[in-house]
Amino acid sequence: MTTAGRLEPVLSVRGAKKHYGEVRALDGVDLDIGEGEFLTLLGPSGSGKTTLLMAIAGFTSLDAGAFRLRGEDITDLPPDRRSFGMVFQGYALFPNMTVAGNISFPLKLRKWSKAEIDARVRECLELVQMESYADRMPNQLSGGQQQRVALARALSFKPSILLLDEPLSALDKKLRADLQWELKDLHRQLAVTFIYVTHDQDEALSMSDRIVILDHGQIQQIGLPDQLYNQPDTRFVADFLGKSNFLEAKVCERLGGALDCESGGERFNVTGESSSYNGADRVLLALRPERIRIGAQGTERFHGVVRQTSYLGERCHLILDHPGFGGVLVSAPTWRMTVRPEVGGEVSFGWDDDACVVLAEDQ
Amino acid sequence: MIARSLTDKGRYWILILPALAIMLTFYIWPLVEIFGISFSEPRPGFDNYASMFDSRPIRTSFVITFRVAAITTIWCLVLGYIVSYAIYNTKPKYVGLMIALVLLPFWLSVLIRSFAWIVLLGRSGVVNDSLGAIGLIDKPLPLMHNEFGVILSMVHVMLPFAILPIMANMKGINPSYVDAARGLGASELRAFVSVYFPQTLPGVLSAALLVFVLSLGFYITPALLGGGRVLMISEYITYQIQELLNWGVGTSLSVALLLATAAVILAAGRFVNLRRTFLERG
Repeated sequence: MTTAGRLEPVLSVRGAKKHYGEVRALDGVDLDIGEGEFLTLLGPSGSGKTTLLMAIAGFTSLDAGAFRLRGEDITDLPPDRRSFGMVFQGYALFPNMTVAGNISFPLKLRKWSKAEIDARVRECLELVQMESYADRMPNQLSGGQQQRVALARALSFKPSILLLDEPLSALDKKLRADLQWELKDLHRQLAVTFIYVTHDQDEALSMSDRIVILDHGQIQQIGLPDQLYNQPDTRFVADFLGKSNFLEAKVCERLGGALDCESGGERFNVTGESSSYNGADRVLLALRPERIRIGAQGTERFHGVVRQTSYLGERCHLILDHPGFGGVLVSAPTWRMTVRPEVGGEVSFGWDDDACVVLAEDQ
Repeated sequence: MIARSLTDKGRYWILILPALAIMLTFYIWPLVEIFGISFSEPRPGFDNYASMFDSRPIRTSFVITFRVAAITTIWCLVLGYIVSYAIYNTKPKYVGLMIALVLLPFWLSVLIRSFAWIVLLGRSGVVNDSLGAIGLIDKPLPLMHNEFGVILSMVHVMLPFAILPIMANMKGINPSYVDAARGLGASELRAFVSVYFPQTLPGVLSAALLVFVLSLGFYITPALLGGGRVLMISEYITYQIQELLNWGVGTSLSVALLLATAAVILAAGRFVNLRRTFLERG
């Protein structure tokens, strides 16, 4: 589960535990973060993702467990000795210092010479395209500009790891999308390890090399973005990352690489599943709404009545009522829809054999 | 029916009229009278103001007043800062209790608090008796009827006025600033000095102004604990008017104190947000 792939681990988390009274913010987390990786900690609020980041940064102490930075134990090191760059949720730019003052703060602490500092501040401002703002105060900047300065400050002393705590959450949607591209670009340019916390799945999917999904202080699944999306292990992951329909099914028999399943009075095949389910096993299937095709009556295998439609421009969302499956959520590209679904009307729907994913027993 | 024929502005004036009348009758008018008396008693002219500059006791009293107020202010700032810092860095569940403890003295009369200090600091007060009993001192320490006693009890009375503005300021400071400084490599002390303290300066300046201005005109505590030997200007005024029936000198000193206080506030207005200091208590 925790392989860092081909990457040499720069930071290792071992058995990290943190309890707040009854609440288990971290409940035994093991994780290896690769050199130069863009790793995202993703989870709902209260999942422990921020606690893990704050513990890595040194602001929260662990009840049990250890952190190793390139093999060296840093578990008890105070935050100022860890030298990780950090971008806070509210940016935390020092209001009593100019933009240049903020960026040079960590450099002065490291006793860089005046000339070195000036050069580096200019370099960092260029990096985030804020050259002309050096003498502004933070409160004279917009949210997006503050974000850029916070980034420049966190990178100024050339940390090997950059920690980002929901850095885009306070920005509006369009700006957020722009900054996602910029962050990704920056990561590629600098070859710095990014550890990124977010609750926004789109952000996680679009930027990360790997995603760690957390819930109740435990790692639910780790993987590449497409891997997590297409092969979720559990119902939680399938539900949290994107949307899913869930079908409880009975395996009727095994047909080579496929399972012949029965659910809601219908029979269909599930392929692409390698584990050892056999006849009479009960399984839970996840089915992505966009994998379901709809068509005029008779063109697909199953039939349903349209309960609700929601037009979103590029896509159209439908809820279909099927006597066996119950409500089925469908997300169809509008340009390819052959029928115009009316509420109360009948449509037929179906999916390919490899559309369903068999989920592991929920934890 | 009458109200309908009035404009909004008219109704507003009717509402504040009673309060305004009281202020005019019992506050503004006497003040004008005082101003008038200072120029007319015992005979018309500027005599009272001229003699103020010649009189050694008056000059001494002004110096004492400003010195005591300044020292009180400094102690209140130091102690108030520590208390406020402690309140916002302790466990959140104790914050309410600690704020209540800060505010508690407000419900106790200044008179009672001053007498309590007399009980503690007197020649045969609790402190001297105890120290004598365990043999640490042979004769009582002079703890009151001097500036030490006055300042000690004034700091006690004024402390909440220092704590409240500083606390209101600290409450608005996001703890992530200090975290950010620490994360960037600053030690705890450095993070405090470079990042936290500068952000609390507005609160500190507000507190300084409030305590200093209130201390300038303070009467009860210096009168009781000074025992006539630490003659601050308010007590001097009382003495002139009540004992010597010297209305001219008393009123001119009052005007001088008023002007001095106004000058301090105006000067401070360059650094402090006056509206926040005096009108918006957090």
